[in-house]
Amino acid sequence: MSFQPVKFYQTGTFTVGNRLLEPDQRSVQANMERTNSLNSGHRACQGCGEALGARYAIDAAMHATNNQLIAANATGCLEVFSTPYPETSWQVPWIHSLFGNAAAVATGIAAAIKVKRLKGETKEDVRVVAQGGDGGTTDIGFGCLSGMFERNDDVLYICYDNGGYMNTGVQRSSATPPAARTATTMPVGAEPGNPFGQGKFVPSIAMAHEIPYVATATVADLRDLEHKVKKAMTFRGARYIHILVPCPLGWGSPSGDTIKLSRLAKETGLFPVFEAQYGEITGSAKIREPLPVEEYLRPQKRYAHLFGKKPAYETIVRLQALADRNIRRYSLLDKEAN
Amino acid sequence: MLKQMEGSQAVAEAIALCRPEVICAYPISPQTHIVEGLGEMVKGGELPECEFINVESEFAAMSVAIGSSAAGARTYTATAAQGLLFMVEAVYNASGLGLPIVMTVANRAIGAPINIWNDHSDSISQRDSGWIQLFAETNQEAVDLHIQAFKLAEELSLPVMVCMDGFILTHAYERVDIPSKEQVDAFLPKYEPRQVLDPNDPVSIGAMVGPEAFTEVRYLEHQKQMQALELIPEIAAEFKAGFQRDSGGLVRGYCLEDADTVVVAMGSVLGTIKDTIDEMRDAGVKIGVLGVISFRPFPLEAVRAALKNAKRVVVVEKTFAVGIGGILATDIRTAMDGIAIRDYTVVAGLGGRPITRKSLREVFNKATFDELPALTFLDLDWAIVNKQLARERAKRRSGPTAENILRDVGDHVAQHS
Repeated sequence: MSFQPVKFYQTGTFTVGNRLLEPDQRSVQANMERTNSLNSGHRACQGCGEALGARYAIDAAMHATNNQLIAANATGCLEVFSTPYPETSWQVPWIHSLFGNAAAVATGIAAAIKVKRLKGETKEDVRVVAQGGDGGTTDIGFGCLSGMFERNDDVLYICYDNGGYMNTGVQRSSATPPAARTATTMPVGAEPGNPFGQGKFVPSIAMAHEIPYVATATVADLRDLEHKVKKAMTFRGARYIHILVPCPLGWGSPSGDTIKLSRLAKETGLFPVFEAQYGEITGSAKIREPLPVEEYLRPQKRYAHLFGKKPAYETIVRLQALADRNIRRYSLLDKEAN
Repeated sequence: MLKQMEGSQAVAEAIALCRPEVICAYPISPQTHIVEGLGEMVKGGELPECEFINVESEFAAMSVAIGSSAAGARTYTATAAQGLLFMVEAVYNASGLGLPIVMTVANRAIGAPINIWNDHSDSISQRDSGWIQLFAETNQEAVDLHIQAFKLAEELSLPVMVCMDGFILTHAYERVDIPSKEQVDAFLPKYEPRQVLDPNDPVSIGAMVGPEAFTEVRYLEHQKQMQALELIPEIAAEFKAGFQRDSGGLVRGYCLEDADTVVVAMGSVLGTIKDTIDEMRDAGVKIGVLGVISFRPFPLEAVRAALKNAKRVVVVEKTFAVGIGGILATDIRTAMDGIAIRDYTVVAGLGGRPITRKSLREVFNKATFDELPALTFLDLDWAIVNKQLARERAKRRSGPTAENILRDVGDHVAQHS
């Protein structure tokens, strides 16, 4: 995991705290010369976690590749809000083809670059990222993603996971967490919200492909996210980063709570932050003091049905059990801190 | 160089001569021998500076092709039937983005019922996809059309489908003249993309386009295909100068000068039709045939010019639009707007059913007496059809149609053996 000499929580604030660090340890985002790869003026909602995640990730990838980067983008919020014709917020060469093929398009770009370098038509070591939301990654784009992984194509795929099809009006995806309300898993019936026992965690499936590098991250920990993107760029072959990105619209959360909720997802254990190489976990971001899942769930309207006049204790306990399992499975407890 | 070889291998050699930079494919009969041949050439070093990617589906094949073409690489893939349908979303995307990908379609029927043999229902289903579609009559023409296709695609920045009949051409061994490297290099310039993903000059490709500009973008796709109507004959003429053969162009006529009856068709069946016409000419029938090479763009003017002195036209096509009839025939009718001649549609060769001279001669003869129904299914077995219809009338749960028919055909064969 990323090494950081100063623990920012010790300062009593969760600000990125660049002033506490030496210039060469500061984040890419703090750099005056950051590329603003996803430039201002795009049309994301206020507090959009995906816009934040994409800017952090692509700026870091640009930094790591000396600005020699091409991006392929799946259909979805990120594509729609960044390129309403004739405007574009992208400062990198960028292509959007379809909802389900970003990984394959990126494979094609990487193949073309390989041949161009072989022929001596370019000397630049141009690298490729593909990016999409959870729907474009875990559902409709999963075939192409798995193909790209198993061939070990030289592509970094970044999934911005907000747990549903937010662009089309908040429908369930295979990344929607249990109990969450979406437009297609309404809080009605015997088991309100998204059912338990369904869905998939693509980082684990990526690991099963034994690709060089897999990581998860949140937009709450900028340094960790940047570190993982830069680290991913030190590998050749298929790499996967899965970033949790709150969606104020879909989650029913205040737009000012995006960072807070990202942090709570990690600190409760509901979203494990870890990295893996060649199929084996190599480290995880530790939780200093595990927080009850309720603190993460309560501020979100998608879980409001759990906290009505008759709180759904059983469901909350089941969700707590999932968090506890993550804490065990990914060794998330900071033993030194306790 | 003259060689006795399989159609697929000939096409593989032709593609290799075009110096593709990325080849991606997913196997499907009857396309397999083409990509196997290319895979071997890349792996064996005969085709250096080329990436061969084994993808997990046809959807991925076309998607990889979109990425590599947008990154400036000359890109090739091949498919057929279900494979073409599986990649449809990306097929439309490639043309919408204006990427000059060349794809072979080894024409095969679409299921259900599953069938691996030849007809044209796969590529014809993509007639409105914005791809140029060229149909090869022979393996020699398949070779030549692929070489021309790269030039055409890259000149216009549009993708081109070269359609060749599955098995009938792809698996047929015959004499083919494979051009030399020097000839192809002289004919086909290096690919200079109109748009390219380049970190030193970043562009966004594939932006959201609203009602304010969508019509214009789509119109330009049409406009480019209209340009192709001029370019295709020019490229064919240039090809002839460099390779000393007639290949390609928009349409090709045979015995049309004094023909009262003109048959229209596409692909390898033209050979059988020409033989039939020779026989009928010997018997004094004034009949000729017009082969359509460029199905998209559709050469309305050229077809109209070829048909203007005819009394009737018989369109023989290896697919049809369920619920109305001929597809090529509909386009031919558009070309004949204002010309008062009768037209007949003969649907033939579905799912690989042999199209014989005997059957063709029968329908052509009837047509010359204007006794042919407007829509004919060649060699349709009415006894089998009626038996199934009777079964459906008699019983609600009449069972799966195809399997019933197979059983009836089996019984029929047993009775007559």
